[in-house]
Amino acid sequence: LSHGSGGKAMRDLIEGLILPALGASSTTPLEDQARIDVPEIVGNGGRIAFTTDSYVVDPLSFPGGDIGTLAINGTVNDLAVGGARPTVLSCSLILEEGLPFAILEKMMCSMARAAQAAGVRIVTGDTKVVPRGSADKLFINTAGIGIIPKDVNLEIARIRPGDQLLLNGHLGDHGAAILKARGDLALDADVQSDCQPLHRIIAALLAAAPGTRCIRDVTRGGLATVLNEFAQGAGVGMRIVEDSIPVRPAVRGICEVLGLDPLYLANEGKLLAVVPAEEAGAALEALRACPEGTNAEIIGEVLPNPPGRVVLSSHFGGERIVDMLVGEQLPRIC
Amino acid sequence: MNTVFADEPHGECIRVRGLVQGVGFRPTVWRLAQELALTGEILNDSEGVLIRIWGEAEDLKRFLPSLLESLPPLARIDKLECSDWVVGKPPDSFRIIASERGAIHTGVLPDAASCDDCVRETLDPFNRRYRYPFTNCTHCGPRFSILRKIPYDRANTSMAQFPLCEDCRSEYENPDDRRFHAQPTACHVCGPKARLRRQDGSPFSLDRFTSLDDIDAAANLLRTGEIVLIKGIGGFHLACDAANASAVNRLRERKGRPHKPLALMARDIEVIARYAEVGELDRRALLSKEAPIVLLKRREPLSLPDSVAPGMCRLGFMLPYTPLHHLLLRRWERPIVLTSGNLTDAPQITDEVEAIEALDGIADWILSHDRTIVNRVDDSVAVVAAGELRLLRRARGYAPAPLSLPEGFSGLPQILALGSELKNTFCLIKDDQAILSQHMGDLADVRVWEEYQIQLARYRDLFAHEPERIAIDAHPGYHASQLGQKISEELGLPLDQIQHHHAHAAAVLGERAIPIDHPLILTVALDGLGYGLDGALWGGELFLANYHRCQRIGRLLPSALLGGEQAMREPWRNTLAQIFLSIGLKNFIEEFPDLAITDWLKKQPLAVYEHMWRQGTRAPSCSSMGRLFDAVAAACSLAPERLSFEGQAAMLLEAAIAPGMIEKIDDGAYLLPVVTDGGLLGLDPRPLWQPLLSDLRRGLELSEISARFHVGLARSLYSWIEEGFQRANPDSRKIVLCGGVFQNVTLLELLQTQLQDSGFEVLASARLPANDGGLSFGQALVSAARALS
Ligand SMILES: [Fe+3]
Ligand SMILES: [Mg+2]
Ligand SMILES: [Zn+2]
Ligand SMILES: [Zn+2]
Repeated sequence: LSHGSGGKAMRDLIEGLILPALGASSTTPLEDQARIDVPEIVGNGGRIAFTTDSYVVDPLSFPGGDIGTLAINGTVNDLAVGGARPTVLSCSLILEEGLPFAILEKMMCSMARAAQAAGVRIVTGDTKVVPRGSADKLFINTAGIGIIPKDVNLEIARIRPGDQLLLNGHLGDHGAAILKARGDLALDADVQSDCQPLHRIIAALLAAAPGTRCIRDVTRGGLATVLNEFAQGAGVGMRIVEDSIPVRPAVRGICEVLGLDPLYLANEGKLLAVVPAEEAGAALEALRACPEGTNAEIIGEVLPNPPGRVVLSSHFGGERIVDMLVGEQLPRIC
Repeated sequence: MNTVFADEPHGECIRVRGLVQGVGFRPTVWRLAQELALTGEILNDSEGVLIRIWGEAEDLKRFLPSLLESLPPLARIDKLECSDWVVGKPPDSFRIIASERGAIHTGVLPDAASCDDCVRETLDPFNRRYRYPFTNCTHCGPRFSILRKIPYDRANTSMAQFPLCEDCRSEYENPDDRRFHAQPTACHVCGPKARLRRQDGSPFSLDRFTSLDDIDAAANLLRTGEIVLIKGIGGFHLACDAANASAVNRLRERKGRPHKPLALMARDIEVIARYAEVGELDRRALLSKEAPIVLLKRREPLSLPDSVAPGMCRLGFMLPYTPLHHLLLRRWERPIVLTSGNLTDAPQITDEVEAIEALDGIADWILSHDRTIVNRVDDSVAVVAAGELRLLRRARGYAPAPLSLPEGFSGLPQILALGSELKNTFCLIKDDQAILSQHMGDLADVRVWEEYQIQLARYRDLFAHEPERIAIDAHPGYHASQLGQKISEELGLPLDQIQHHHAHAAAVLGERAIPIDHPLILTVALDGLGYGLDGALWGGELFLANYHRCQRIGRLLPSALLGGEQAMREPWRNTLAQIFLSIGLKNFIEEFPDLAITDWLKKQPLAVYEHMWRQGTRAPSCSSMGRLFDAVAAACSLAPERLSFEGQAAMLLEAAIAPGMIEKIDDGAYLLPVVTDGGLLGLDPRPLWQPLLSDLRRGLELSEISARFHVGLARSLYSWIEEGFQRANPDSRKIVLCGGVFQNVTLLELLQTQLQDSGFEVLASARLPANDGGLSFGQALVSAARALS
């Protein structure tokens, strides 16, 4: 791949590789914008959700996914946790000069498959090639639009003491898969990224527990970060119970060896939902009934005090403060 | 004492500062004035005590010396100022004048162990306080633990709810009585009561125990192997019969405390001496009004189950320090376990409802009372090392007595220093004095954290402290540092971020009264770890330091913390890191295939650790001496795979040394040579591994291996210091030894002796803990020095 100037080489790249891979036909003239019909939201109280995210990951492929699946599911999930049904996505590529065509093609195909699986269309995009060293292989930006139905209103401010905290499955799979995929630690463990779209399970959750306060996808910074954001945003305390947080043995093993805390590991297909206590049972059942939530658990609850503080009840009766991550996980013990 | 009429009758005005209020100071002076036929007056005011005294010159001359001789036990005079008292008409009597109110500058007193008089009364069947568990007087009893606010009056303590009976009142009002103005005084009639009950609240009858009272019944329960939760002065304790192995094990299991030594209490020194060696300094410490837990060398064979302090060579003993404890142990010829009533790392519980709830399932019986504990204060812990009593944990009996500051620390702003993460204390500076809080604990535990903030607020209130400057550790992740940052932002105050070991050094300088403008002193800091100026983790450093500066001139060659904080919990990770660093993994496995540590390591994912080490992934570099002790302890299979408390590996390593072994080591000590390390003087741990592992392989006793390590380390540290001294050539042959590693008695004594023999003046901590418990004091001093310059 060479550094294009927007001329014929670029057109060939887009028409010859990217568009076919993403399932668009090169016979449709390329317009400068996508034009979208939004009949559903006109006049019936619904709202548009709009988000964007850039994806950089090393390596591009890892067990359970690649940058293409991340770019689709990440943006889909950012829409979904607001209660939106994702509809269309844009896709911008920044390619490093010299990136093999085969890799680009593979990533485009997996984007297309992920989009299809999630039921969203990629309707517009852009491609730039930058000189060697100006980017690392391939960066992807996706923006997405979704429709939020009329009565859905998920907000951190709605969190109340007594609410239950629900997690849809094992923590840390993605982070562990990336560590393994980097290959520089000779980790011998069977771990797969949990990269998956969450809008379906969220729809199921909202149907079963319409009082759900808010939902967040648990990504970089891990569960600890989401909990702290919730606690600080809502001015409440939160308690999670170590024994109830699902972590796969292989992931736990990696954490033990490396001295990492699964609470801080990245995920790409996990959500944390805050649900009023009276709906928690139904919510848990609904989560578990979905393939994305077979291992869902109630992992803790919202406390009135102290505001902004997250606490982990450990197996032996310890109560540790769960902080936001400060830099690396730097040892503190003297 | 200057007066123009030196030999005529005249008046003098004496201003006394220090701990002079609420300690029986005024009646002492009153009695002395009667004896010497002096007249005048005495009063408490915002600055301390003011004495105006008139009489014959002869008698006046005798007054001050006699006063200093007959000071009440809890009094401490920091400063005396005398001037003439010009009075129109000489007074005809000596009067105690009621307190004047104002801004209070006098210190808050720590809790004090029962005095002999009170114990005698409590045990005297003909005394009206016979078996009264809360007997106290002006010379003893609770102080800080019951204090809500100042001034120190009964109404401001948790004794407020117990109005004095007539008898107690007349003692309280009589200047000639030991209980004159004794705020917590009480008796059976008017005071708090002790009550035994079942944990589950179900009824029982004292008759069942044929006991004298609730306390006696509790003693009988202990005798039958029960675990009893006992409310003390500063918190709840869990107690059981120390000689009953099954009771001790049950207590350990229920509390989730597998290894950490348990504190013991025995009736008197004679009982203690059956189980441990009690030297003169130990004896004095045990009997002191502070009454700490003193770590004493255990006697062999020990007639207590090893599980009271598994693998340790010392036992932590204390004597009864309240009448309740005296009564409880009255008929015991052996010690009881008396360990803090809490769960794992949580603070000692002070509230009965909470105790019943949180400790459900640990104790079946509770001996409680209705005097509220306002401030939680743990038992203090001390050990005699290198000829001095050294505190390891400073709490009951010591805090919050103010610490005076060295020369030059005057005109200081009010400073709040927030301390470290583990073994936290905080420190206030006000009126050119430092007030160091009692031991708080590990701030990562949410209950300790809450307690810390409550105590911060309480101290700021008690001492009317309005911080003008905040001092914190430079570690960005310490909870205390984050809080300090927040306070400084909210109040718009200057913030001093102080390097961990600089604060350790300053704490020693301050304790040893080194003046503020003292030139740089050679300093060895050895501890677990602290955040270094270069963002790396330090813990085995050679500095030139004073209050203003701390310049690193040497370090222990760094090793890797494999898995970050995990390496603090699993000591063998440090052995592995040292093997990578010294002889290499492959060589190690080939050359030492039969060691227990080899077996253990072979079960680990060694390839992963090797990658971590090579790449520095999850393996931060760290020059910590604490971790080297871990590495050696684990290599000798003396430490468990996973530590259950901080410092455990090093303690077990030291404890492995049999008596007399140190003296036998001549050749064969493992030396760490001094090497050039860039611009620094490096202390190289690598050469100790080959001989150490070879000794292990040939089956040399662990006692001797550990002794060789300690002796070798002490000799190497000495060479390092000597070389540092030659190179840096500081003004004085003084040396500061600081950091938690110096709690190792063997190392401290070996090194101190060698240094003193070579003409060094050794400065090390004693009244403050060498570990992070003294850190906030050092932070406060560095901050003060910065404020002044
Ligand atoms: Fe330290
Ligand atoms: Mg995102
Ligand atoms: Zn007394
Ligand atoms: Zn009374």
